Amino acid sequence: MTRQRKAVALISGGLDSLLAAKVIQQQGIHVEGINFFTGFCVEGHTHAIRQKDRARPKRNNALWVAEQLGIKLHIIDIVEEYKDIVFNPKHGYGANLNPCLDCKIFMVKKAQEWMAENDFDFIITGEVVGQRPMSQRKDTMPVVARDSGAADRLVRPLSGQNLPATLPEREGWISRDRLYGFNGRSRKPQMALAEEFGLKDYAQPAGGCCFLTDAQYSVKLADLWRARGEKQYEMDDIMLLKVGRHLRPRPHFKVIISREEGEGNFLQGYRKQFVSLLTTSHAGPLALLDGAVNDDDIALAARLVARYSQGKQEDLVELTVTGLDGRQQQLSVKPLGADEIPQEWYI
Amino acid sequence: MKPVIVDARRLLCPMPVIRVQNRVKELPPGTRVEAICTDPGALNDIPAWCRINGHKLIETRTEDNEYIIVVEVGEDS
Repeated sequence: MTRQRKAVALISGGLDSLLAAKVIQQQGIHVEGINFFTGFCVEGHTHAIRQKDRARPKRNNALWVAEQLGIKLHIIDIVEEYKDIVFNPKHGYGANLNPCLDCKIFMVKKAQEWMAENDFDFIITGEVVGQRPMSQRKDTMPVVARDSGAADRLVRPLSGQNLPATLPEREGWISRDRLYGFNGRSRKPQMALAEEFGLKDYAQPAGGCCFLTDAQYSVKLADLWRARGEKQYEMDDIMLLKVGRHLRPRPHFKVIISREEGEGNFLQGYRKQFVSLLTTSHAGPLALLDGAVNDDDIALAARLVARYSQGKQEDLVELTVTGLDGRQQQLSVKPLGADEIPQEWYI
Repeated sequence: MKPVIVDARRLLCPMPVIRVQNRVKELPPGTRVEAICTDPGALNDIPAWCRINGHKLIETRTEDNEYIIVVEVGEDS
């Protein structure tokens, strides 16, 4: 009796991985999904923070895709291991701090390990030749297969006809004729295939799924590394980079100022780890000071925070400063004028 | 029998799902797991994860600003 062949699909939550898994599923292969959490995933995070986003549906698209396909989904935390990819990408960064090619190699490598541990036969990704400038090019897609160790057990169903035959094709587990030959940046073929499959509701394509592809986020991360004198981060650091205004008035400290109530509530959770400032005489933001600060620094930060309060036009604004030991002091400061905040303070 | 507690407070999705998933892997079918979360996204994500992976959602409730999700480990886990 022929053994039921099994494939593990990298599921990001986007359309391509959904289609890729579906194409293989339709060839009678048992498919399960795998989703990697790097800490930089856009999916899920910020809508849990900002007040205005709380009303939006809070769907995790990877879980949703798995449900549409009727497959199991295994979510793997790779936050610690992923740091080395961010710090030292062998193939370099993209336009921002996005190590896309190394990232793809790493994820396929992890999928290959999972495949071996769980007695699966091959790996599926939603990659399309020519779709992304770094990791999905005709010359880099073989690099992913080679450097990940997956070799000819890596199947890209949406572009399979543009690529050399894989082991599952040669062995007859899947038919090459029923793969696709998509290439380039156009999304029309994927949308047409989605239509063919009767899929109407899917995550909108073309949005990046990783904060490292975001220019503003990358600037903040680079600033963090520069200020600390080394490439390093913890989970809290990368979360905080997603929240609030970040200003660096002096090289040794920065101020994180909440922009609305949801962010203020989120920053509250960090008050024991940072010196914090809260305006008391007027409605205003909560701010955290990141770095070793002295009294002059706190006074300057207080004037800056007062600028973002309802009392910005007043002569004096009162604030409570809470130290790392929990002790509180009151400050009364003149808010900085708009022309007293140099543009280079903004990160 | 008391449920196994998974404290996922202050974690943002998908971390609460990952914490539940990893704990469930170690438990026999029929065991109940109570996840305590502060990210409201968990109210959608953990039930979705249960449906996909063959576990039973027993209840979800909100207490103050915390979201409690009770799950029973399925047979095919």
